Amino acid sequence: METKIAFGGPKSLSGKEFTYCPGCHHGIVHRLIAEIIDELGIQGKTIMVAPVGCSVFAYEFFDVDGTVAPHGRALAVATGMKRALPDRVVFTYQGDGDLAAIGTAETVHAANRGEKLTTIFINNAVYGMTGGQMAPTTLLGQKTTTTPYGRRAKNDGYPVHISEMLSTMVGVAYLERVTVSTPQDIRNAKKAIRKAFLAQIKNIGFGLVEVLSTCPTNWGMSPVEAQRWLLENMTKEFPLKVFVDKVGD
Amino acid sequence: MKTEKLMMKGNEAIAEAAIRAGCRLYFGYPITPQSEIAEYMSRRLPEVDGTFLQTESEVATVNMVYGAASTGKRVMTSTSSPGFSLMQEGVSYIAGAELPCVFVNVVRGGPGLGDIQPAQSDYFQATKGGGHGDYKLLVLAPSTIQEAVELTQLAFDLADKYRNPALILADGMIGQMMEPVELPPMRDLSTLPDHSDWALTGANEREPHKVTSFNIDPYGLEEMNKRYQEKYTRAVREEQRWEEYKTDNAEYLLVGYGTVGRILKSVVDKLAEEGIATGVFRPISLWPFPYTRLRELAEAVKFVFTVEMSSGQMVEDVRLGVEGRVPVHFYGRMGGVVPTPDEICSAFKKLL
Ligand SMILES: Cc1ncc(C[n+]2csc(CCOP(=O)(O)OP(=O)(O)O)c2C)c(N)n1
Ligand code: SF4
Ligand SMILES: [Mg+2]
Repeated sequence: METKIAFGGPKSLSGKEFTYCPGCHHGIVHRLIAEIIDELGIQGKTIMVAPVGCSVFAYEFFDVDGTVAPHGRALAVATGMKRALPDRVVFTYQGDGDLAAIGTAETVHAANRGEKLTTIFINNAVYGMTGGQMAPTTLLGQKTTTTPYGRRAKNDGYPVHISEMLSTMVGVAYLERVTVSTPQDIRNAKKAIRKAFLAQIKNIGFGLVEVLSTCPTNWGMSPVEAQRWLLENMTKEFPLKVFVDKVGD
Repeated sequence: MKTEKLMMKGNEAIAEAAIRAGCRLYFGYPITPQSEIAEYMSRRLPEVDGTFLQTESEVATVNMVYGAASTGKRVMTSTSSPGFSLMQEGVSYIAGAELPCVFVNVVRGGPGLGDIQPAQSDYFQATKGGGHGDYKLLVLAPSTIQEAVELTQLAFDLADKYRNPALILADGMIGQMMEPVELPPMRDLSTLPDHSDWALTGANEREPHKVTSFNIDPYGLEEMNKRYQEKYTRAVREEQRWEEYKTDNAEYLLVGYGTVGRILKSVVDKLAEEGIATGVFRPISLWPFPYTRLRELAEAVKFVFTVEMSSGQMVEDVRLGVEGRVPVHFYGRMGGVVPTPDEICSAFKKLL
């Protein structure tokens, strides 16, 4: 799978070797974001905010100005940047623990204010970095290191549907759930990411793309099995869908 | 320098002083006894092309401050005790990422929800590192509204000089009191320090800048820590500030900061009428604490008497400064009770 960027890759990637496991989707999504930044010609005015999670090094992987926010606070940090520099392009890259558990309030309120920001949300149904604990998006019955009997609604509640939640907010300008499992999915994800950036660039509002992603390592699967598990299980719980599109074509 | 004199509430004076220091970005969440700072900013900042944002929490606030500060612009927030507790993770990140910015904590009685009366029980949190890791804030404690104005301006300058967050530690008395103040003129924004060598502004025709408190390699992180410590050592050398009142022939030294420092001056005058020669040492920079001058003064007195609106926090620094040369006594009120000059006099006289 794509764990290394062969040179000649997008200009907006720094060329530093990715730290991701084989079969992990983080790397594919990085590449798509970088391609969009290149295509939109915004590399020199883009600032990125990395999360705490497996993608904590994302600020090194993108060849743009960047920082790492405290766990869950990327959208607050990005809000501070964008309010200070309204003509720059600011994006956050966040996992499900980061965006949908510890950072839920920051996510909801940035969306509600219609911050001119772009968020790429990696939903891999697990806490990757800390070794595979339950995430807010862990499926019912899914085993993790803190749900050894499978996630039980009675004890742990239900998977959080961030896109559905945010879809009611007037400040949101683009919102789509995608995956990067097949070449067709990848093409589609790239279109979504482009629109989430355009929502910001055209000053329409907040743009977010939720990417259903694999974590073969913590799912205890091979990359191929993980790919299949995602398509068979995650897309049932989290349907692929355009929730909001105020960007148009 | 052209100045103007106005009657102002402490909180409003701090807000105006910040704007005149070149601050155009304010993020905050309401909490008594400092909400007037946010209210003032919400009215004033739009008049000067600034940005005011009422946030969803102090956790969000401190991280917006982090983001704004990382662009190299002057930014501040203000809060009161429970709110500052909530900010501590972010404050530690800001110190680690070496970002200049200004915090104001208008302290109220604690712990927990406590009350909304003036207190000094957040001294440890302010000066000993309220968050995780080896970091320091530059902490300034005003005792009058005029001084609050001057220290707010100084806080921005020190934050820039050290690339480190600065904190104004006030209390509800300073925040709510009205006094005549002379305001400095508006700072010309083009004269603010240049941060273009590190600020996040978009890597246009330059190498990308990275601002973080992060280093996975312990040796690398130790090097970052050494850099922080070098700054702190320099601040200890260059930034100790204090005020003395009638210390020249004092036989006893009274020590207090902020509101208490002000009350102690009346105590000294009262005691002088009774023929007892005392003087006040009022620390202005709580970090770095003015140990050096305190030590010199302690040599010449019979004992030191520290008064605080807490159970005794700064007194630990007073003891460190005095180094056992003379006894150090303590009198404190807690819970938001402000001690009167009379009760301080009688507490003092019991020690004679
Ligand atoms: C305040 C705080 N709490 C907890 C942690 C530990 N922590 C680091 S990453 C993480 C979860 C990351 O999961 P997710 O956001 O889903 O990202 P992934 O690694 O799966 O991409 C946690 C709990 C932390 N760094 N800071
Ligand atoms: S632990 Fe999971 S999310 Fe993290 S890099 Fe490995 S596969 Fe990707
Ligand atoms: Mg995750």
